[in-house]
Amino acid sequence: MHEMSLAVGILEIIEEAARRQDFQRVKTVEVEIGRLAAVEAEAISFCFSAVTRGTLADGARLQIVHVEGQGLCFNCHQTVPLAALYDPCPACGGHPVQATGGTEMRVKELEVE
Amino acid sequence: MCTTCGCGAGQARIAGEPVPAAGSADAGVAQLATDPPLAAQAHPELPAQIPAAAHVQHGRAATDDGGQHRHYARHGHHHHHHHHDGHDAEPASTTSARLVQIERDILASNDAYAAANRRRFDEQGIFALNLVSSPGSGKTSLLCRTIELLQARLPLAVIEGDQQTSRDAERIRATGVPALQINTGKGCHLDAHMVGHALQRLSPSDDSLLLIENVGNLVCPAAFDLGEAHKVVILSVTEGEDKPLKYPNMFAAASLMLLNKIDLLPHLSFDVELAIAYARQVNPALQVIRLSATTGEGFEDWLAWLDAGCAAAQRSRKTTVDALRRRVAELETLLSSGARC
Repeated sequence: MHEMSLAVGILEIIEEAARRQDFQRVKTVEVEIGRLAAVEAEAISFCFSAVTRGTLADGARLQIVHVEGQGLCFNCHQTVPLAALYDPCPACGGHPVQATGGTEMRVKELEVE
Repeated sequence: MCTTCGCGAGQARIAGEPVPAAGSADAGVAQLATDPPLAAQAHPELPAQIPAAAHVQHGRAATDDGGQHRHYARHGHHHHHHHHDGHDAEPASTTSARLVQIERDILASNDAYAAANRRRFDEQGIFALNLVSSPGSGKTSLLCRTIELLQARLPLAVIEGDQQTSRDAERIRATGVPALQINTGKGCHLDAHMVGHALQRLSPSDDSLLLIENVGNLVCPAAFDLGEAHKVVILSVTEGEDKPLKYPNMFAAASLMLLNKIDLLPHLSFDVELAIAYARQVNPALQVIRLSATTGEGFEDWLAWLDAGCAAAQRSRKTTVDALRRRVAELETLLSSGARC
């Protein structure tokens, strides 16, 4: 969903960091995308290369680190792996399972010069 | 362009005029200085020519450390996140390459604008709602009827989001209530920055009800906080009962579901109880009101819900204002007693 807006968001974060940290080029951008964040890695990579054209991140490599989904089941009170939001608990079949990991969308780190 | 939903950027217009770029000097709705400070830390102590993948903590799926405690042990091995595109083999640049730690949510900029909008709502006692649904669920008709019933006793304002045209804002303005149209152009959702600008133009009055009609889309608007008190999702009985399961993020993000067009139920095989059960499967706390914008059935519950929300927003403003007045009085007393000493 809305990968274009997210790619623009990543570029804004990079540009703000460039002002504060004084760098001119970005070579690598590491982002953390949860499996439950409803973001397509392929789409965001495509959008990222499109929005960074002609910017300080032109040609930068977008390195996506996937974070597996994890949830806390309110029924059996276990922390369980979660393949999709609002799925039943894989351990007990109960509802609801509150996602506790895998929903993040973060810029972690830049390699710059 | 986004390959998922085709949305793009930079095309948004408010009442036909372009929206200034986020972060530009005249944005006025949020100062970057009010953002949470960047966690960005340059690491000049790291030697130049760090391999592109001087990377840390493999298997960071466990998020309980909050991602805060990264170490810069250079393992000497490279990344293997299916990006064997040859970059790893490039000789390191001779200029001073360094790593900058960022640790910032991609939506942080939207969230900062949303926080600014929310502050404005709090200060003015405005009860703001973000109305979301599929296209054709009857949002605008529902708004028009709501306005007719409320405008005599409550100041109202409306922000309309659509990809193109100002037809909806014109429909609302025909009721006599101020309305502003945001055209998102290539975008698939309203964001907090657009709404901030719309607020400047619209200047909703103190203690008012602000209804923001989002773009008809059950996917993208779920992720973008506008600063509203609640998201209200509208599902009409001419849609499928299983929409909450198909588009769970939106139903999970909403506080209230309005089940619209119930006057048509005799002609349909829509199972109301099943639809509500599906919605509560993704959001057990979801409130539900069944209504019809055509006949007005169920509107007493909806209006009561709105009245309660407006009253709470106004009370909290009054409490804040009273608290500030008391503090001013205390300080003045202190000042005058100090002057006598």
